[in-house]
Amino acid sequence: MTVSVISYGLGNLGSVVNMLKRVGAESRLVSTPEEVLASDRLLLPGIGAFDTGMRLLDEQGLTPAIKEFAASGKPVFGICLGMQLLLDSSEEGEAAGLGLIPGRSLRFDEVPGVRVPHMGWSFVEPTREDSLVAELPDESRFYFVHSYRVVPDNPAHTLGITQYGGPFASMIRSDNVMGAQYHPEKSHDFGKRILRNFAAL
Amino acid sequence: MSAFPRVIPVLLVSDGYLVKPLKFKGDQYIGDPINAVRIFNEKQVDELVICDIDASVKGTGVNYTLIEEIASEAFMPVGYGGGVTSAEEAQRITGIGVEKVVLNSAAITRPESITEISDALGASSTVVSIDAKKKLTGGWDTYIRRASKSTGLSPAEAALRAQQLGAGEILVSSIDRESTSTGYDLKLIESVSSAVTVPVIALGGAASFDDFRLALDSGASAVAAGSMFVLNGKHRAVLISYPTPAQVRSLAERG
Repeated sequence: MTVSVISYGLGNLGSVVNMLKRVGAESRLVSTPEEVLASDRLLLPGIGAFDTGMRLLDEQGLTPAIKEFAASGKPVFGICLGMQLLLDSSEEGEAAGLGLIPGRSLRFDEVPGVRVPHMGWSFVEPTREDSLVAELPDESRFYFVHSYRVVPDNPAHTLGITQYGGPFASMIRSDNVMGAQYHPEKSHDFGKRILRNFAAL
Repeated sequence: MSAFPRVIPVLLVSDGYLVKPLKFKGDQYIGDPINAVRIFNEKQVDELVICDIDASVKGTGVNYTLIEEIASEAFMPVGYGGGVTSAEEAQRITGIGVEKVVLNSAAITRPESITEISDALGASSTVVSIDAKKKLTGGWDTYIRRASKSTGLSPAEAALRAQQLGAGEILVSSIDRESTSTGYDLKLIESVSSAVTVPVIALGGAASFDDFRLALDSGASAVAAGSMFVLNGKHRAVLISYPTPAQVRSLAERG
């Protein structure tokens, strides 16, 4: 099944497309509401600021299209900033998020030993069995670069936990809408497993 | 618990070939860069830095073909340096699938390029590399253009200025130690790490795991090496190696 990667001017599309190709998934870049609505599954990448991300989605008319797509029950996967955009809001900005999972993003507290951004490899521990984390080996590590972390209103929406000065939700899922704070496309075999799982949903 | 300290191989490319200079001079031919990237990928390295050492000295500019080949084989974060001077070039590079852009000569000759690139890519994708050489009178001087031109700035000053202009990470290299396997210049690492709050990557002289620990204890957030990962023994035979994941993780538990 084809993975539609949303192209909206933010994020490392080259890496995502390379990795999808490596795991044997077909992918295409989509940038219009029509293309979004005609997709089988959506991947929302993103690096940068929350408000910039929402503004660029709005400018391309993608915000309502992504909401409509998500309401249809087909899989949506946000990566890094793309995951933060799935929630209602962020401490980083003023804009309203996509609101597909209740919650918001907060900045990490800068305490001794916790440099912000959190940059590097950390473990992700799944909180339950789920098709997105199927067959993930123990001690799976992933590559992170971020200064904000998501806080879902409903703890049951947390799918993976990572420690950085304390536990935070590094993966979330509510039915067909899911997200990862790390970069699966840059996380070796661990990331390949996640993207392969998503492509098979 | 924080993130694991990153252990980063640094590959130098000249005329499209992987090379290993000694103290920034006299390139030793190592092989095909893409093949090396493939091997490092199999070894699941934390991150890779690839620098085209001719790009700015010879003015050949950014080698996009090479970057494309590297990106298609690298499923870990990659930083690219060499001849990058503008936000446009930096965006084209990251669009291909490389996460970070490393600035060296341009960071000094056109400091505003740091800000332009940081605004376009974000600070965490903007790395400034500082090449430091010991002064006879004590301290260090920052050099550019493959250690051929002194800038009159101390590495700590150059690092702080880079951070203020938008750099999200500093790669500090010791020209005196490069490929000497005599350990990092720990005082240099300390001097730069204490001047900035962004992560500092140490490079130049690493020969052992103990050297990594010492550099981290001196304030580095990540450790990098060239020779240690591509050459073996006193005859400098080519052998690509990398510590196991368990070894890399053990760096988090030091001290």
